[in-house]
Amino acid sequence: MTSTLTPPAATENPDAPTRRTRRIGFGHRLSHWDLKFSPYLYISPFFLLFVIVGLFPIAYTAVISFMDWDLVRNSGTFIGFDQYTWVLSNPKFWIALRNTFSIFLLSSIPQLAAAIFIAAMLDQNIRAKTFWRMGVLIPYVMAPVAVALIFSAMFGDKYGLVNTALQNIGLPAIPWHSNAFASHIAIATMVNFRWTGYNTLILLAAMQAIPRDYYEAATVDGAGKARQFFSITVPSLRPTLIFVIITSTIGGLQIFDEPRMYDQYGTGGPNSQWLTITLWLYNIGWGEWNFGRAAALAWILFLIILVIGIVNLFVTRRLVRDEGSRNPLSRRERRAAERSARDRVAAQSRAAVAASTTDKEEAR
Amino acid sequence: MTAVSPIPLAPHDELTPEEAKGARKRRRPRHIRGSRPGWIVYGVLGVFLLASVFPYYWSFLIGSGDSSTIRDTGMSWIPGGNFIANSLKVVNDPAVNFWLALWNSIWSSAIIAFSVVFFSTLAGWAFAKLRFGGSKWLLVFVIATMAVPTQLGVVPLYILFADLGWTGQIGAIIVPALVTAFGVFWMTQYLQQAVPDELIEAARVDGANSFRTFLTVGLPAARPAAAMLGLFTFVTAWNNFFWPFIVLDRQNPTLPVALSLLQSNYFIDYSIVLAGVILATIPLLLLFVFAGKQLVSGIMAGAVKG
Repeated sequence: MTSTLTPPAATENPDAPTRRTRRIGFGHRLSHWDLKFSPYLYISPFFLLFVIVGLFPIAYTAVISFMDWDLVRNSGTFIGFDQYTWVLSNPKFWIALRNTFSIFLLSSIPQLAAAIFIAAMLDQNIRAKTFWRMGVLIPYVMAPVAVALIFSAMFGDKYGLVNTALQNIGLPAIPWHSNAFASHIAIATMVNFRWTGYNTLILLAAMQAIPRDYYEAATVDGAGKARQFFSITVPSLRPTLIFVIITSTIGGLQIFDEPRMYDQYGTGGPNSQWLTITLWLYNIGWGEWNFGRAAALAWILFLIILVIGIVNLFVTRRLVRDEGSRNPLSRRERRAAERSARDRVAAQSRAAVAASTTDKEEAR
Repeated sequence: MTAVSPIPLAPHDELTPEEAKGARKRRRPRHIRGSRPGWIVYGVLGVFLLASVFPYYWSFLIGSGDSSTIRDTGMSWIPGGNFIANSLKVVNDPAVNFWLALWNSIWSSAIIAFSVVFFSTLAGWAFAKLRFGGSKWLLVFVIATMAVPTQLGVVPLYILFADLGWTGQIGAIIVPALVTAFGVFWMTQYLQQAVPDELIEAARVDGANSFRTFLTVGLPAARPAAAMLGLFTFVTAWNNFFWPFIVLDRQNPTLPVALSLLQSNYFIDYSIVLAGVILATIPLLLLFVFAGKQLVSGIMAGAVKG
């Protein structure tokens, strides 16, 4: 503060100024400490708990993964990379990896395509907006376990709704539980059911942030709805798309609830048709009680997620850029066209404003 | 949102200023986004809505029939009268512990939601509004932790809780969920723009200490975001399965764990399994009916910032 304070009149009481100064000094120091240390105090609950239940377990998982863990003694003997070798040389790992990726791709790609499409529908000037928005979110509140139970009943091999419907229209029944690919489709359907609406709302929010003059400019240039969607909407969604794809990758590669509940045994099928990495991790850790192997598998899964996340980032950037440049123009040319279109709209509105002021002047 | 009125232009058609003005005058008062879409849009949305609701209805259909309903090829689309009987079988099954599971789910999710909201608001307040050394890097660290998969820590966490004798206790699912990186990030984002710095300065000039400022300025301002975060956390905690399934006893489950037991007990009789599913879904559906609007706006708000 720069305002000049009048010093207390020292002549009236010689003790007063010193006392007052000391008191202010102490208060200052207190509030200085308060300002300096309370932020750390406020964030400490998060970091304390995170260190105990997050960071320490992660580091400890790495330690355990190099050990042969003895459950009885509750300690391990160091054996180096043996657990990793065991995991990587086990054919089940590669089957689980294949299944995880298959289910992940079958769920995330149709899900995102549907989410973008439905978000574009919701982005229009529809009636009862809140109703529709709430409507698409209904599946999100259902527990994945509940969704899995319902859909595994629907995809029952003998009496399931889907096969009954298929047979009613004269198609052969599909062995949803014995064929690997069919089981992946069924499990991906559960994931899609639960998450499409959620992603729709995220993409809708991003769509609503796109400046409307882009669309005006495109309309001026004679672009139709579809063209506007691919040339303006999709490229503008890029950051949100990257966000959604990365989160759904992290979630998709960890998939457990749905494959666990797909049949009553929870082992991923008699021939590991729908065994996923996390399901296998559970079966190794809490079925075979081998914590060393489970820990090694957890670290492998983490590295996979890390790599896929980074690959995703690059692919998404590429892909979405290509979506935008399907027209023969290069990026620079497109930008120039966009700019000129915007200028034209601006010029028009300027002209309109000018016209309206002349109107007013004439009226005067 | 600024009122940007789309000027309806025919392709390659240059409007005269007067025409543009006229079009704008007609359009602006009612619609910001142009005209109402046609029935196709409603049709597509309607189909999607039906697909969202159908599994609920179908499981109610099976759950209200008897054990043969699922095998009927000419299945009726009107619910049968056995829902209550089937539900009673679920809630009275000693192996499933339905009421205990419901109670466990309610109080554990409530505690988790409350704690996440409080600690996240506190940390978010510090990150958003207080200056301290290293705050930028600490926040980056918080965000980075969101990408770490749950599976990475479960083995040692299980060993830890087994050592403490907590396996089978609900505490074992509450404690690891008491704070979330997402919550801290969310509240930081919100408080950054919701509270003007002048307000904090004013409180400080008035002699409020740091915690008092948080209580009187930060907490009230955080209320809308806190409500959404609480709602989210509650839903997530309620639906969580992986960790509770690992660490809880079959005798002391949460609802998803109880549901998983239902299947292994009644794997042939889907009418009972699905009656149980519907029963377990009702509490969250009720929550959704009352707070769905907030949940929707929460997701949409989070997306813009995320």
